[in-house]
Amino acid sequence: MRIKNIHLGNLWISVTSVILGLLVGAIIMLLSGFNPIENYISLFTGAVGSPNAIGEVLREATPLILTGLGFAVANSAGFFNIGLAGQALAGWLASVSFALAFPHAPGFLLLPGAILAGAIAGALWSGIAGFLRAYFGASEVITTIMLNYVALYATNAIVKGMLAKGDGDYSPTIPVQARLRTPFLEHLTQNSTFHWGILISLAAVIVVWWLMKKTTLGFEIRAVGMNEDASRYAGMSTKRTIISAMLISGCLAGLGGAMEGLGNFQNIIVNTALPSIGFDGMSVSLLATGSPVGIVLAAILFGLLKIGGLNISIASTTPPEIVDIVIAAVIFFVGANYIIRYLGIKLHRPSKPQPPVAANTAPQAAVDTRAEQAAEEGEDNQ
Amino acid sequence: MKISHKFGLAAAIAVMGLSLVACGSKGSSSSASNKTVKYSAALVTDGGGVDDKSFNQSGWEGLEAWGKKNGLKKGVGGYNYAQSNSDADFTPNINKLIQAKYKTIFGIGYKLESAITNAAKANPKTNFVIIDDVINRKNVASVTFKDNEGAFLAGVAAAKTTKTKKVGFIGGQHGAVIDRFEAGFRQGVAAVDKNISVDVKYANDFSKPDVGQALANAMYNNNEDVIYQAAGGTGMGVFSAAKNQIKKKKVWVIGVDRDQTAEGKYSGGNLTLTSTVKGVDIAVEKLADDVKNNDFPGGKTITYGLKEKGVKLVKGNLDAAAWKAVQDYQQQIIDGKIKVAEKPSQLKK
Repeated sequence: MRIKNIHLGNLWISVTSVILGLLVGAIIMLLSGFNPIENYISLFTGAVGSPNAIGEVLREATPLILTGLGFAVANSAGFFNIGLAGQALAGWLASVSFALAFPHAPGFLLLPGAILAGAIAGALWSGIAGFLRAYFGASEVITTIMLNYVALYATNAIVKGMLAKGDGDYSPTIPVQARLRTPFLEHLTQNSTFHWGILISLAAVIVVWWLMKKTTLGFEIRAVGMNEDASRYAGMSTKRTIISAMLISGCLAGLGGAMEGLGNFQNIIVNTALPSIGFDGMSVSLLATGSPVGIVLAAILFGLLKIGGLNISIASTTPPEIVDIVIAAVIFFVGANYIIRYLGIKLHRPSKPQPPVAANTAPQAAVDTRAEQAAEEGEDNQ
Repeated sequence: MKISHKFGLAAAIAVMGLSLVACGSKGSSSSASNKTVKYSAALVTDGGGVDDKSFNQSGWEGLEAWGKKNGLKKGVGGYNYAQSNSDADFTPNINKLIQAKYKTIFGIGYKLESAITNAAKANPKTNFVIIDDVINRKNVASVTFKDNEGAFLAGVAAAKTTKTKKVGFIGGQHGAVIDRFEAGFRQGVAAVDKNISVDVKYANDFSKPDVGQALANAMYNNNEDVIYQAAGGTGMGVFSAAKNQIKKKKVWVIGVDRDQTAEGKYSGGNLTLTSTVKGVDIAVEKLADDVKNNDFPGGKTITYGLKEKGVKLVKGNLDAAAWKAVQDYQQQIIDGKIKVAEKPSQLKK
């Protein structure tokens, strides 16, 4: 019963955050002299109004589900994996390089091989941070941020120096049998970039749920996240758990990158910035409060906002930055969910006045007792 | 009980939201529902907005000028732009424009090459234009610019202006296009005086003004007094660095793609020496006109150089002697007496 309530509570917070975000977006549009209703309608039709739009939304959500899961796994172990973007880039590079290296291999070997290459590359990249954290206590926040830059510039150098033809800024396109986009799906969705990667993402959701809830490793990861010292005292190998959590996290992020490489772009480009799926994956995971099913919904919501948002500036004169503000506002309210929780509790107080009052007075009482004791001790000393 | 309370609250907030939104809709006008005109046109940016004071903005100004000339409105059926926030937005943006039935779609920048190629394959009835790259398809017109010729003149201007015999070049990202700028600039400087040193630095990004500012500060501190920036949004940082340095000593910036005189204004005058102007606007306007006149050059590559007035150097704040030299060299390039290199590797050491 209690667990159920918590889940509904989280859902409630996410939904309220989204609504407040849209509301802030509407207010900003009003202040800038644009029509929010019209723009939200064109956002909506731009996101679900045609098979093409739906295909694009799902394609946008596909890697976000994977990076979101990656963040959630690391977060359960108490780590803030900011390196998702770099790990995704490593996965993107590895999957495309693998596909380009064996242009004549049959599809049933090449495609799984390329996907696996992406997952392994992502895992190795985050494994570095996991290793440093487990054995030397190096903050994973700092190491993953720095590894992001290493990944970005190393990848660009490899693409430019080894994969690209001549002066180009992009690798050749991967062989047909390694592509996740197929003519069937293109036909189905009016030439959108929708690809089969969505199945991989959904499979990953089930695997991660099973891993975290039904296996010993999942239990250990959660235990380490709650209290590292207690877990060690209980006989768990915390070093092994930390590295495992980071490996799984990076593996999922690498898969997300492979989706971009094999599905969306079908090659690798010289990126001017880290791929946005890394940081958006963090937001997706936070919005979903770490629940695997919630991550699917949050990733689709991001897809709706991003793809639908492109339609706003096409259908009206509103600048596209407005959509970015709406998305940022949604994330802001998720981050500031304490405010929403607080307001929720306030509104509940009249019906259930007892517990909060008791909770508030108890610490106060404790402090008072301690103060009295201190005073007494002081007197004794004199 | 508890649960229903929460949902009640959420519903209340949602209703509040709706009513607020509803209030807002009253005052503002509904969108202009233009009739679908035969020759509507739109462009897709290569990252960043149409206010980048550079490449995308120039393309958009051309399209705006064309739209106004033809009495069209911004929006579906007229002229419009789609902003790409990342490279993943290229294809969705192009598809959205196709679905909105724009007849001609401009891809501003070489980065859109593969997205335009795929879209052109799938949509043979739509006209596409790619700027700064070449696509060989019947429904795609390619536009390239001889940026190296404009950059050569910038080199001449810098060489004629520098007092310290040291000038700088800040590029956005290595690649075929910026290579042309670097090669032309270095050749132009050397044509005037072989002893002037050219310090070449790359920001590796077109949208990081902070990096541009740091690079420029280092150059000015190294006594380089003229910097040519070919770095898009990153170049804005070069202007901020110059505005700080001008308090101590005389420094100049050479602008790129658009006439960037306005960016060089400071309390004591203007520090934009001159700008190489890339006629993206001219090309966009011309091609949109061609479609209107049923004369779309599909499958062809149009090259704009000094001769075609597709690239040029503005007079800006050049002194008479420098301007004279620029014009001399310009004539020699147009006459084919000087051939400007396209790659730094082609330059004589």
